[in-house]
Amino acid sequence: MTQRQAPEALAPDERLARLHQVVRDLLTEARRQGASAAEAGVSSDQGLGVTVRLGEVETVEHTRDNGLGVTVYFGQHKGSASTSDLSLQALRDTVRAACNIARYTSADPYAGLADPDLLARDIPALDLHHPWPISAADAVEHARACEAAARAHDARITNSEGATLDTHQGVFVYGNSHGFLGGYPTSRHSLSCAVIGEDDAGMQRDYWYTTARAAGDMESPAAVGRRAAERTVARLGARRLGTRQAPVLFRSDIAVGLLRSLVGAIRGPALYRRASFLLDALGTPVFPDFVRIHEDPLKPRGLGSSPFDDEGVATRARDLVAGGTLHSYVLDSYSARRLGTQTTGNAGGVRNLTVDPGELDLTGLLREMNSGLLVTELMGQGVNLVTGDYSRGAAGFWVENGEIAFPVEEITIAGNLRDMFRGLVAVGRDMDNPGSFRTGSWLIEAMTIAGE
Amino acid sequence: MSTIQPAFDIATQTLLEPTGLGLPDLERVLDRLMTSRLDAAEVYCESTRLESWMLEDGIIREGAFSIEQGAGLRAMAGEKTGFAFTDEIQLAGLLEAADAARAIAGSGETRHVALRRSGEAPPLYPALNPLASLDEATKVELLRRVDAEARAQDPRVTQVIVNLVAAYDVMLVAASDGTLGSDVRPLVRMNCNVIVEANGRREQGSAGGGARGPLGFLIEGDRALGFAREAVRQALVNLEAVDAPAGTMTVVLGPGWPGVLLHEAVGHGLEGDFNRKGTSAFAGRIGERVASPLCTVVDDGTLPGRRGSLSVDDEGTPSQCNVLIENGILRGYMQDKMNARLTGVAPTGNGRRESYAHLPMPRMTNTYMLAGPHRPEEIIASVDRGLYAVNFGGGQVDITSGKFVFSASEAYLIEQGRITRPVKGATLVGNGPDVLTRVSMVGSDLQLDAGVGSCGKEGQTVPVGVGQPTLRVDDLTVGGTQA
Repeated sequence: MTQRQAPEALAPDERLARLHQVVRDLLTEARRQGASAAEAGVSSDQGLGVTVRLGEVETVEHTRDNGLGVTVYFGQHKGSASTSDLSLQALRDTVRAACNIARYTSADPYAGLADPDLLARDIPALDLHHPWPISAADAVEHARACEAAARAHDARITNSEGATLDTHQGVFVYGNSHGFLGGYPTSRHSLSCAVIGEDDAGMQRDYWYTTARAAGDMESPAAVGRRAAERTVARLGARRLGTRQAPVLFRSDIAVGLLRSLVGAIRGPALYRRASFLLDALGTPVFPDFVRIHEDPLKPRGLGSSPFDDEGVATRARDLVAGGTLHSYVLDSYSARRLGTQTTGNAGGVRNLTVDPGELDLTGLLREMNSGLLVTELMGQGVNLVTGDYSRGAAGFWVENGEIAFPVEEITIAGNLRDMFRGLVAVGRDMDNPGSFRTGSWLIEAMTIAGE
Repeated sequence: MSTIQPAFDIATQTLLEPTGLGLPDLERVLDRLMTSRLDAAEVYCESTRLESWMLEDGIIREGAFSIEQGAGLRAMAGEKTGFAFTDEIQLAGLLEAADAARAIAGSGETRHVALRRSGEAPPLYPALNPLASLDEATKVELLRRVDAEARAQDPRVTQVIVNLVAAYDVMLVAASDGTLGSDVRPLVRMNCNVIVEANGRREQGSAGGGARGPLGFLIEGDRALGFAREAVRQALVNLEAVDAPAGTMTVVLGPGWPGVLLHEAVGHGLEGDFNRKGTSAFAGRIGERVASPLCTVVDDGTLPGRRGSLSVDDEGTPSQCNVLIENGILRGYMQDKMNARLTGVAPTGNGRRESYAHLPMPRMTNTYMLAGPHRPEEIIASVDRGLYAVNFGGGQVDITSGKFVFSASEAYLIEQGRITRPVKGATLVGNGPDVLTRVSMVGSDLQLDAGVGSCGKEGQTVPVGVGQPTLRVDDLTVGGTQA
């Protein structure tokens, strides 16, 4: 193996300065071509990804991604264009393409940049940039150690999809014709492992991963591998269940999906299109009163952290849900204008969501449930955010007398999200999931399980 | 329209000539990339132009245009792959990427590669730029007409969203085996989503279609207006839907898009990479019975103009009609060059990649089941109590355990041989290696889907097609709420 020197040709400060200049050039060009307002974002990322399978190198990938996007406004007419090419000629062509689009879009009274008063005035340093100058050879060794730990964990681990180490770093700059110009460098590293176990009943696969802004914050390769193996072996010998109603415990990594459904239903477009089961729910109880869900976009080293949103609006910490009541929608400027309110600084999405932990760990929750289904995998897209109807393929464990009885698969769980949220019995303190959405496991009073 | 040039000329003009490159330069890059320690090496150049329009609330709210261009270089030794890409198709960048990619195998002696243009496969779609196939005013007028058509259907329609996307993809691939392949791939798609509201209840419906060809495809026979009518029809059906049943029962799947069953239940499990690695529930089962004798399933990249079709795949291999399951017996897997080489079989034209920045792997094209002997009416009449599912969202499969799901978005109860009430969408779950053994009737009404399918695998999305005749499946688990 050979290694490639530190990926970027320019130091981070110089790259940031260069991208600032690209954004300024884009905004100048937009004005020159007649736009009354404009906004632009530019990014440049570099990375390395290696996969080791059965102890041997499978892939080594060097990635280098550039992108620029511009939106122009001619009065209330809007047009957008983007490219992977940061050259001056491409920049002019891209602005021209956006201006051409704007000739054919309609005048939209709600279109436009964010209100100048709401734009971020200073850009807090959030400690998001910790590049990892690891060589391809060392990256291979990390992945190899991870997979080896998984394969050594249990004799029933018979095959592997491999372990993958990815490291990326880059810079992002956004600016608009209100005079906002801001940017910052970020990094992100991840290590994942997926292995296959086998017994007389057949094969099962599961995985685990760790991801962080700084390499030192990741779980160790051996820990990731062991966890992947434990999860895989636990699934062996899974059977089906008979159709029934039962309590359902969503393990913390799976409960994150319920948080995503909540966010999907309180996003601006779902609301102004009247396409949400949580229409007009602001200020009303959506969960039992012990539930608090908090967004902190300014969390240092947070995987979702950002000092300003995709429109340059200052982000700030707030409760989405407090005392079980829906306190805030998730809005950008456009949807806020449509709804007659103010943006919540969520252009580009929700950043770092945390559900307040409860008293019980996973073992305690299993006892609390006594008899029911622990869900550890969900499959398919059966979530209807217009009606809240929920029906998904599932796998996990049947629980009896507060303890895991046997693994189950090839079943579905169904209900309605409104009832599931209101029927939340407890949230665990087992905040055991990587990523920017953090929650313990969720125990839900009753759902329909379909099986044999 | 100007006369249509051969794909190869368009590819070299689009990808090489702007930076003064020619075929000798590609050979030089391959010479740098390919060493005696490698089994194969490849340079893939691509340019994609994409334009999208969105109508909402009766106005053309958004339009966007993008250009992505670059080259991906791959070096392969045994099961190892080194990969690097550059977004500038220039000699210096290509040579630098070649050095990064070939490092996988350490240093070896370079080997000269002589490229030869393979006999052009007959193109399955015109080599045209669909973005330029209609003027902008006509494009936005089409969206407005679809909106008006949807709203004219029923006063309960409260929201209409129409999306139009046209993509123009030009690729050129040069490989160490001498392959010099090229393709010009137009792709157009329209979707119409509606929300209906009555008595405080809201439901949605959606429909769409697309093809590899000009945007005129959407105008022919007022095809686009048909999407509007279909979306409203579905949404109104859902307004009347009652809770779906829960449990294992006989399921009749309608023709066309419900073929997503095949894509999930058997398609992914028959991709060559999973079978080489032994991670698929279908690994090592060629020649075995995996379906009822009524079932013959193919993956066919050669259907003219279809969304999943390819004149050549992303490795320059002409696409084929590959028989996966013949009268219930597993016949073959889908292969790219690398997996074919490692397992000693021929490539099948299924090597696909999302873009130059992604590695190719075995992927489906258009996957469908051939027609059978039964009339659709007799299939429904044969069911005493069951579910008739005619429209689906998407699906997902765990290829190792074989478990798959797909989610119905329009379904009805069958009671005593008759379709009765509509039921709410529900997820269906099954086991890929045995679900097709329980297909007891196959309709004579094979249909392909309307051309809106996309498939995700390992983070890469590619356009695909599915299809099937009406099928009766005994004992499939339906994930409703009415136990």
